[in-house]
Amino acid sequence: MFKGNFINNLPKIYGTYTGGFIVFIILMAIAEQAGMSAKVIGICFVAFTVLIYALIGYLSRTIQVDAYYLAGRQVPTVFNGMATAADWMSGASFVAMAGGIYFKGYGYMALLVGWTGGYVLVASLLAPYLRKFGCYTVPDFIGTRYGGNLARLSAVIVLTVASFTYVTAQINATGTIASVALDIPFNIAVYVGLASILMCSMLGGMRAVTWTQVAQYIVLIIAYLIPVFWISNKMGAGVFPHLMLADEVARIAELEAQFGLGDVKNSAADLKQVPKGLSGITKAHAEVNTTPWKFISLAVCMMAGTASLPHVMMRYFTTPSVKAARRSVGWSLFFIFLLYSSAPMLATLSKLSLMDPNLATGIIGKSISEVQAIDWYQNWNQANLMFVSDFNGNGTLELNEFFMGGKAVVLATPEIAGLPYVISGLVAAGGMAAAMSTADGLVLAISNALSHDIYYKMINPKAETAKRLLIARILLVLIGFAGATIAALEIQGILGSVIWAFDFAMSGLFFPLVLGVWWKRANAQGAVAGMLGGLAAGTAYLIAVRSGYPGFLDITQLTFGIVGSVVSLVLMIVVSLATKAPDAATQKMVDDVRVPSGKAILGRQH
Amino acid sequence: MSKQAQHWEKTRGLLFVTLAIWFVFSIGIFLFGAEMEASSIRPFGYPLSYYMTCQGSLGIFVILIFWFAGRQEKIDEEFGFSEREDD
Repeated sequence: MFKGNFINNLPKIYGTYTGGFIVFIILMAIAEQAGMSAKVIGICFVAFTVLIYALIGYLSRTIQVDAYYLAGRQVPTVFNGMATAADWMSGASFVAMAGGIYFKGYGYMALLVGWTGGYVLVASLLAPYLRKFGCYTVPDFIGTRYGGNLARLSAVIVLTVASFTYVTAQINATGTIASVALDIPFNIAVYVGLASILMCSMLGGMRAVTWTQVAQYIVLIIAYLIPVFWISNKMGAGVFPHLMLADEVARIAELEAQFGLGDVKNSAADLKQVPKGLSGITKAHAEVNTTPWKFISLAVCMMAGTASLPHVMMRYFTTPSVKAARRSVGWSLFFIFLLYSSAPMLATLSKLSLMDPNLATGIIGKSISEVQAIDWYQNWNQANLMFVSDFNGNGTLELNEFFMGGKAVVLATPEIAGLPYVISGLVAAGGMAAAMSTADGLVLAISNALSHDIYYKMINPKAETAKRLLIARILLVLIGFAGATIAALEIQGILGSVIWAFDFAMSGLFFPLVLGVWWKRANAQGAVAGMLGGLAAGTAYLIAVRSGYPGFLDITQLTFGIVGSVVSLVLMIVVSLATKAPDAATQKMVDDVRVPSGKAILGRQH
Repeated sequence: MSKQAQHWEKTRGLLFVTLAIWFVFSIGIFLFGAEMEASSIRPFGYPLSYYMTCQGSLGIFVILIFWFAGRQEKIDEEFGFSEREDD
């Protein structure tokens, strides 16, 4: 099945796969009617999909360097788009994004704009040129374009800091979902998640990750869209929610006024009772609730971060041509758009389900004891994702007395809206797919940089293929374990560390990458100063803000990339101009990168 | 001017146009969040500010990338820098 003209058969193979997955969902729905317990359905969904990914990973095993690092440079445009979308949309996008929109409204939606707008930068500034370059990894580009091991090493350092910050959050997310779905303790579930991640990537590197990511995209998008459409139709809100929820958005504003949103502030003593991580609705759903600068600065950081994150960039190294790389960015964003444009709709539907007294599911305004007797409330209260308390002692649940965890918006809404449990199982499988696919991309980005750039290019350039690939796999496992170990400590929340990863990447890599293509005069000294100086400045600002420094220009710990990247840009220009211009060979190389035709700078085997 | 320099000049021109459109829809309009909210333009009935953050700008970015890719392909063809299929 994976031999011969596998590439030509891709639409057929994934078509069959999608059909098979839908049949599986239907079988589960029938089993539920026949009395299969919710627990077993959850286990079936997660176990079945993870086994399929592992099978794809096994079938894609390889002993060739270009297949391991570049998936053989033959991934068709649309499929690479799907793989990138899965690579990109993490556990945070899937599980936490709708929750963020639900609680923080407009100010949070800067992330939607940032995480999509960044792809315009990827398509126009970087992806086609890096594809022409033919590098295996992002540091491979930096090292060859600027020349010298120091530049290469600096790029590896920035890559590792950014990607590792990100990967712990993803392994954490796989652990959370595995622990809920399989009903095992979190610190064991983390390693179950890790094992699943490694099964997909270890034997086949980029090739295996590519084909599992396509499979994971299909699962995650089905799992996200079905509940949104179903709830919208069930509620009578509209057949096609994206275009038809205006009345619901207006209704929420009406209810917010009716329930006195923001009128009653909870006292500190009351809030102490609320379990950690849960929040109440304190911000208006659709109103502009932040300053332009706060919105824009967050969006800018996410956009520049998108264009600098190596696990995304390296997906475009796998296309057959420069032209395909460019179009592939468009497809990636299209597939991402399908999910991102649905998240605000899910947040709207979820909030209205809970708030509207005219709906059977509405709980605000009901008596506290009635709410506490609802099945789903008890389940999610036990899972520490929901909480009510009668602060004012009037026996009725007020808007300011209901608290929920961000993850619950995606995970619990199907149950709240009265959908069958099979949908909740499907959502768990989708969340698992989202977190696994991103974790795979990240672990591979780090271990490839270490094995190719540090080991092969710097330590042992004479290493044979078999040895290179062995080292690559050992590093993959080590990085995975390191990530899982840190994830098991549960230091940081999922979303916070994801945003940090963007800021780190932006601080150290954005300008060195962009100027590498667009400014011939940029040289190695400038790039090294830009990478290390930018990373150091950004990190210093982050630490300062975390330890109480008020910061300047309203730059927070979520937007410290602005400080890092400005320092990086200034250093890069000043140091480049103060030192010798790159030699003729390097200038010629930049010229060659700028035209799509002709041979790649670095060959298939290097 | 050499063929390559001309090609690069056109490529740069396209980049500036692309980035200008990108700037308007990722940064420019969000300087006017409050004005958009008050605006009588309401796509599908949503407040304009809400609509742009959850669909409008996002959709424009998708179209923008495909448009950019098409234009860049034309520029590459014009100067004979397109890739051959077997490359």
